[in-house]
Amino acid sequence: MIQTELAIVGAGPAGLSAAIEARRAGADVLLIDENARPGGQLFKQIHKFFGSRAHKAGTRGINIGTELLRESQELGIRTCLKGEVCGIENGQNLWVVIDRNRSEIVKAKKIILATGATENAVAFPGWDLPGIMGAGAAQTMINVNRVLPGRKVLMLGSGNVGVIVSYQLLQAGADVVAVLEAAPKLGGYGVHTAKVARAGVPFYVSHTVKQAFGTDHVEAVEIVKLDASFNQIPGTEHIMEADTVCLATGLTPLTELAWLAGCKFKYLPALGGHLPIHDDRMRTTKENIFVAGDITGIEEASTAMEEGRLAGINAAADLGYISEEEAKIRSREIWDSLNCLRSGYFGQKRRESKDLMLQTGNEVIQWKIH
Amino acid sequence: MEELHKSPAYPDRDRLYKGPIAIIECIEEIPCNPCEAACSNGAITIGESITNLPKMDFEKCVACGRCIPACPGLAIYIKDYTYSDTKALLSFPYEYYPLPEVNDIVEAVDRHGNTLCQAKVIKVRNPKSNDHTAVVTIEYPKEYFEEVISIKRIK
Ligand SMILES: Cc1cc2nc3c(=O)[nH]c(=O)nc-3n(C[C@H](O)[C@H](O)[C@H](O)COP(=O)(O)OP(=O)(O)OC[C@H]3O[C@@H](n4cnc5c(N)ncnc54)[C@H](O)[C@@H]3O)c2cc1C
Ligand code: SF4
Ligand code: SF4
Repeated sequence: MIQTELAIVGAGPAGLSAAIEARRAGADVLLIDENARPGGQLFKQIHKFFGSRAHKAGTRGINIGTELLRESQELGIRTCLKGEVCGIENGQNLWVVIDRNRSEIVKAKKIILATGATENAVAFPGWDLPGIMGAGAAQTMINVNRVLPGRKVLMLGSGNVGVIVSYQLLQAGADVVAVLEAAPKLGGYGVHTAKVARAGVPFYVSHTVKQAFGTDHVEAVEIVKLDASFNQIPGTEHIMEADTVCLATGLTPLTELAWLAGCKFKYLPALGGHLPIHDDRMRTTKENIFVAGDITGIEEASTAMEEGRLAGINAAADLGYISEEEAKIRSREIWDSLNCLRSGYFGQKRRESKDLMLQTGNEVIQWKIH
Repeated sequence: MEELHKSPAYPDRDRLYKGPIAIIECIEEIPCNPCEAACSNGAITIGESITNLPKMDFEKCVACGRCIPACPGLAIYIKDYTYSDTKALLSFPYEYYPLPEVNDIVEAVDRHGNTLCQAKVIKVRNPKSNDHTAVVTIEYPKEYFEEVISIKRIK
């Protein structure tokens, strides 16, 4: 059994930021991640990030990851890599499977869940052919493992993930034959879309994949137009040659551990579905469990880092390393910055959903800082 | 295009044709502001709220190009209509390998990737501080001045 004051599950931008704040305050921290290397999504992100300069915008995601890692190493934060947390008990004990062959119990006074999100799949005839994959998987292949998944890629989904991965596939030397979007409007930021458009990639709105063909690998795809209620319009099909289909059809927060722990949930579709209720200190309905990052709603690395800091500071306050007063002041500063990040056309909807979450959280969660 | 012309960062016609000028094609309120700090002449303003659109003070811009690689959206370029009698100049961000070389003849494209004309590469700058966003300068026929914004990816 491993004992620690604060166990953090997930070493993405949220988990790393939480660990850094809590460790700086003096808490004993154990950071657990199933991967061999910390960083979460960041190490696949070779593009320069948005966000404010204060959130390292204009820096490539991979370099933000490196910087957070360096900081966490300097602080001597303990890590448990290749450790998958498979269970949670009494809001205190984590069951970790290490290297897929060894199991270990971690006993923690406080827990922060920063497990991120997982890609949604869509099904169509032929969807199980090799060559059809999540956009995130394609991104890992090109940016981490440096292999091209194919030469002619069809991207399904025009949100930021779809257009960013399309651009990175072009950079890696592939051709993107088309980006399809089921909605009548493109989803991603205009500047990302424009990069891909000026590379000559056609965009089809109100379109989806009807089926994929191939013997041992996808060779062609039939696409079809959709009406306003997303029904396929017969007679509008046409065939496109493609050896790879990437699905960028949204992300869903990875909330299993919060379910297992018995946290209460709230349904907020604008943030990705059922989410663990939390208050403005990122505390869930379980006194000792905090959440931060994409698990609380699909957003961005910049917001994930700020939420991580909130959770880290408030968990450290619970443990007695930061005074309640100081935790409050610092939390308020972080909220100002979060509200700033959640403004404008794209941020507003997330802001409104987050406000609903906080309202519920502050009502339901009455735990006091001791 | 119409939306673009209305944005507070797009120069009016007179200014656009008067000499070298930085142009920002960033017309959505996204949470982003590195362009503001990149300009040491204070020509670009975003302000307190990080989702404000960038505003450009065309009097202050000296077309130095520092903002081009700083923008994560690759949304900034510099154009010069007055470059020569027949040719205009464009400096734009380019993140594909291989990079073009000086004197290469390349295909100039519009916002949809359509090839409009041929262009000659005048300069390629890729110092370490650009963090892998090269800035390529091309000359191209004046009649395509407004439409051309990049070149076809070299394979
Ligand atoms: C293509 C793409 C482009 C993006 N571009 C931008 C951008 O330009 N700007 C921006 O701000 N954001 C961007 N993002 C979003 C950003 O990457 C995410 O919002 C951010 O990584 C979320 O951070 P996180 O720490 O919550 O989760 P993650 O980064 O997903 O980290 C979670 C970690 O937890 C681990 N984990 C999960 N469950 C367990 C378990 N049971 N046991 C152990 N470990 C576990 C995971 O393996 C992972 O390492 C982009 C995302 C994608 C996919
Ligand atoms: S070109 Fe130079 S002066 Fe003009 S806006 Fe960009 S950084 Fe500022
Ligand atoms: S850096 Fe680029 S994308 Fe960001 S606000 Fe400025 S112009 Fe827009």
